[in-house]
Amino acid sequence: MFDKHEIALSVKNLNVDYGDFRALENISLEIPARQITAIIGPSGCGKSTFLRCFNRMNDLVPTARVTGEVLFYGQNIYDSKVNPVEVRRHIGMVFQKPNPFPKSIYENVAYGARINGYKGNMDELVERSLRAAALWDEVKDDLKKSALALSGGQQQRLCIARAIAVEPQVILMDEPASALDPIATLKIEELMQELKKDYTIVIVTHNMQQAARVSDYTAMMMLSKEGSRAGTVIEFGPTPQIFTSPRDRRTEDYITGRFG
Amino acid sequence: MNESQHVLSTLLRPRADHDRREKLIRAVLLLFSAVSIFTTLGIIAVLLRETLLFFQEVSIVEFFTETRWTPLFASKKFGVLPLVNGTVLVAAGAMLIALPLGLLAAIYLSEYASDRARKILKPMLEVLAGVPTVVYGYFALTFVTPLLQKIWPQTQAFNALSASIVMGFMILPLVASLSEDAMSAVPQSLRQAAYALGATRFEVTLRTVVPAALSGISAAFILAVSRAIGETMIVAIAAGQQPKLTLNPLQSIETMTAYIVQVSLGDTPQQSIAYKTIFAVGMLLFMMTLMMNLISNWLTRRYREVYE
Repeated sequence: MFDKHEIALSVKNLNVDYGDFRALENISLEIPARQITAIIGPSGCGKSTFLRCFNRMNDLVPTARVTGEVLFYGQNIYDSKVNPVEVRRHIGMVFQKPNPFPKSIYENVAYGARINGYKGNMDELVERSLRAAALWDEVKDDLKKSALALSGGQQQRLCIARAIAVEPQVILMDEPASALDPIATLKIEELMQELKKDYTIVIVTHNMQQAARVSDYTAMMMLSKEGSRAGTVIEFGPTPQIFTSPRDRRTEDYITGRFG
Repeated sequence: MNESQHVLSTLLRPRADHDRREKLIRAVLLLFSAVSIFTTLGIIAVLLRETLLFFQEVSIVEFFTETRWTPLFASKKFGVLPLVNGTVLVAAGAMLIALPLGLLAAIYLSEYASDRARKILKPMLEVLAGVPTVVYGYFALTFVTPLLQKIWPQTQAFNALSASIVMGFMILPLVASLSEDAMSAVPQSLRQAAYALGATRFEVTLRTVVPAALSGISAAFILAVSRAIGETMIVAIAAGQQPKLTLNPLQSIETMTAYIVQVSLGDTPQQSIAYKTIFAVGMLLFMMTLMMNLISNWLTRRYREVYE
């Protein structure tokens, strides 16, 4: 399917259970490197849970159990020898609601580098990250100001800068624009186009227009069968194909608004 | 009666009855809240009056600069410093125990303990706060002091250290409980952000949760200091009645609170100058704890605004 793209992440027979409750069932797909992959689907079908499998954030839920494999450039990140903290240094995440630390703008961006024992020039790293997140020009004169004084859209771009500063290969975005107004949303979407030159991006969105606008590949998720609460990927492919000639009837119904 | 008539008749029912009852309830409730306010004001008024009377006889300069406190002796000296010294010495010792241990306990409860462990441990910790202070006092005198005497034979029968140690453990639950509240109030989203940047649990705690909860934690600390300064029973029983300027915790000292107890219980004549000293000392004590509580309050309000 992606002859021209390297595979960054490869999911094989992935299941997620919370205690007795199965949340995700039998997902297999391949995420191409330096492309934007969108995960769409109705509420409650496990999109965020799926996204959190890529950086082992589900480990933080005591009852969560993940089975199957997620290969990151060939290495299964769920292998018992793999340190989840290291996984998160390679695979960053941006959350639905902007969640800057109650620290200065500078310290927010420097946070990840500091805990990783970054030896280089911190000022340069902060500037580079803020530039990459298209925020530098707006904040360069008050880097010491509290991050909480920024607008919602600026806070979200700060969170992106913070993720970039750790120098990851992949950035996961969990509905990064759903708490933002249309102008801030547009800025984030433009930013994603810039970022995909250097980073593999996986984005969860329930906004189908957004998925169609920004993504190169789209994974359509839905509950695996009637009456089940386990979500699965029912169709995955290049975004234009998913939106114009979906193979699965349920994808077509969802995209044309006849469902959910 | 159709529905609209019914609605109208209810809406237009005479209001006077309702209003009168509401006013009465309001007046009674106001009365009860006023009782506590007026009691406080009354205490302050008495303290103030007696303190002013005291300072008509003793100069305020002597009170704060003289280094001897001997109002109960023939040669009277009114330097409050030895009592302040005793209070600060014991309180500082208590804080050396309560602050680090309380903070560590809070970190464990908030960040490391499983839900089940927390549900068992937190109430147990709070039971410590329910032990009557007189029990702590006897524990200091009859258990801790003999232990100290085994380590340092020169330890006096009444000494600052045993009171400090026991007071530290008495205050620990307060520090732990309030600090835990402050840390639990840090939004989960901040922890997630830190984890997603590759932080370990320890880094999340140390670099994100504790700094974000810092003003709440400081408020807990200051409240604890205030509590230590005002604590009476332990020091009255275990720390001695010898006001002196010393930093040696193995010696017998006297705190401001213990002095007030000593005079209140003894047979000091009510109109004597010695009797009036307790109001001056009480006033100073009140000012110190009030100041602490105000700072603590201010800090708490500040940290509530942090995440908005």
